[in-house]
Amino acid sequence: MTATAPLPAHGAAPSDEIARALDLARAKRWLVAAVVTILCLWVLVPIYLVLVNALSTPSEVSGWPKSFVPSFAMESLAFFAGYRGVAEALLNSVMVAAITMVLSIVIGAPAGYALARFDFAGKNAFRILVLMTRAFPLPLLALPLAVAYIQIGLDDTILGLAFVHTMLAMPFAVLITASLFMGVPFELEEAAWTLGCTRLQAFVKVVLPLVSPGIAASAVFAFVVSWNEVFAAAVLTIENRTLTAFLLQSLNVSPLHLKFAGAAVLVLPALLFLFAVRKYLFAMWGIANR
Amino acid sequence: MAEITVAGLEKSYGSFTALHGIDLHVEDREFLVLLGASGCGKTTLLRCIAGLETASRGEIAIGGRRVDPLPPRARKIAMVFQNYAVFPHLTVFENIAFGLRMKKMPNAEVDEKVRRAATMMHIEQLLARYSGQLSGGQRQRVAVARALAMEPEVLLMDEPLSNLDALLRLEMRAELKGVLQESRTTTIYVTHDQVEAMSLADRIAVMHGGHIVQHASPLDVYRDPATRFVGSFIGNPPMNFLPATRTTAGWEVAGLTMPGPAIDAHTIEFAVRPEDLTPAETGLTGRVKVVEPLGAHQLVTMDVAGHHFRVVLESDLVVRPGETLRLAPRPERVRWFDPTSQTAIDRSLVPS
Ligand SMILES: Nc1ncnc2c1ncn2[C@@H]1O[C@H](COP(=O)(O)OP(=O)(O)OP(=O)(O)O)[C@@H](O)[C@H]1O
Ligand SMILES: [Mg+2]
Repeated sequence: MTATAPLPAHGAAPSDEIARALDLARAKRWLVAAVVTILCLWVLVPIYLVLVNALSTPSEVSGWPKSFVPSFAMESLAFFAGYRGVAEALLNSVMVAAITMVLSIVIGAPAGYALARFDFAGKNAFRILVLMTRAFPLPLLALPLAVAYIQIGLDDTILGLAFVHTMLAMPFAVLITASLFMGVPFELEEAAWTLGCTRLQAFVKVVLPLVSPGIAASAVFAFVVSWNEVFAAAVLTIENRTLTAFLLQSLNVSPLHLKFAGAAVLVLPALLFLFAVRKYLFAMWGIANR
Repeated sequence: MAEITVAGLEKSYGSFTALHGIDLHVEDREFLVLLGASGCGKTTLLRCIAGLETASRGEIAIGGRRVDPLPPRARKIAMVFQNYAVFPHLTVFENIAFGLRMKKMPNAEVDEKVRRAATMMHIEQLLARYSGQLSGGQRQRVAVARALAMEPEVLLMDEPLSNLDALLRLEMRAELKGVLQESRTTTIYVTHDQVEAMSLADRIAVMHGGHIVQHASPLDVYRDPATRFVGSFIGNPPMNFLPATRTTAGWEVAGLTMPGPAIDAHTIEFAVRPEDLTPAETGLTGRVKVVEPLGAHQLVTMDVAGHHFRVVLESDLVVRPGETLRLAPRPERVRWFDPTSQTAIDRSLVPS
């Protein structure tokens, strides 16, 4: 220490404290960076490997050493695309997911609105019940459901499967839309009433424009839930399989490179879809994305 | 014709009663100011009249027509909300136009009315903005403009100027009063601000704990507060209160004996407004604690027989802290209160 003027005695402790606080802040930053990196790798590495392998020749896929740059060989994908049944399965998947999306919003959003706006007996029980449907194991339900479907003629239909997927996606739709509606001050609706609106008009003119981005996001979420679902799809359909069920059945015995091609076809649409609506998802989870 | 009659209105939230049997009559074209401390039920009463809250008991009529079964849109009212409730997804223009468009008014007319209302509230240069781009005071003026543009029969305003600076508030207040007088709208106006209440009101209704404790002209409310609460709530500085005990010659207040009401009680309360006292040979004696010059006047805080006592005196009178002052109350301005019921003692009992 070559300081010409001695520090005041009480200055020592605070400067120590400041140094410690700075260290702590730095350590926190590192920790956050590390966790974020790990999480990103956790998601990105598998996706990357799938894409690389899907775009490699069959010999590269099973050979060694691996290249981390795809050779952009389209033969696996081309073969896969030409495979009998893939096109139909893809179409089925899209249709089931689309129906699920529409149904879960049409049914889930009103329930969300009721949860957000009204006080009714058993409100909390209802909220928990909605979540509990997700805790109920699907395998337990599968057999009786299949029997019931056969009895009413819903077995092996797109609509039947969409009903099951709607049930899976509904809890999210209800809870997400409830939080969206809670985010719109009730007073805005009341103001609309005093300005000449009926309840429905106020909803359409004031609430809907404010929540529609979030509604779109939760619709996409329902779409993805359905798109990814494989168990019910495999049990409830035979001829009209969705892509997931089809892949499970056909690729089990296929060579490795075809499995990768299948995985890529399965992952890509969901990924693109999520990417397209990422803004709303961020808004939905309350993260400012600016 | 749009007089408002509220009869026996009661509103409870669970076990809590926010309004206790409110009776209120507002004449056609009257400007009524609802005044009261925070949490006394002003907003609740306004919301009941607007139809946003269902009363637990009682009746509401507007223009002689029972409205309590009707939804807000059928009551011919417009309301300015305490928290503005400006629609965030619409521009200022569309916000003000909202109610007019609901009436299916032609575009040219909408445009004209929106501009007129916006000009009145000095927000004509903000018409293209969204509420997220406005300050609190600007948002508040949008809310007022939106209600004015409706040209309603009854206008309910919940602290519509609370967020403006003093100068702008003064200006808006005058503007509002002019506009509403011209349009002959029946208005209920909620405020905390007693100066605002005095300057705007045809009559004032003072609320306290879910009751209307006084409903009279501004001057009557000021001069003859019906309860001790009204006296201490209205007027700045508030009314002074001192205990009075019965003597053979009259009532003794801090050592001074004066004539008072002929009632059968041992102690009552003496009250006088700070500006209704003058220095004199005999009077209430107290020690000066603080002197605050206010320009034309000075506010003197004293200790009279152990009680806080405020007086407003001419500023040319020299007063210093520590001095002893002798002040005579103007006899015609002295009021008496019953300390148990907290209400004013009937003035016919006071010999004049
Ligand atoms: N939804 C509600 N549930 C329970 N109590 C309520 C509810 N709304 C209002 N209250 C109570 O009713 C009373 C009156 O509320 P109100 O909003 O009318 O007060 P106010 O006079 O407008 O006050 P301020 O001047 O602060 O706006 C308050 O004590 C409040 O806590
Ligand atoms: Mg209020």
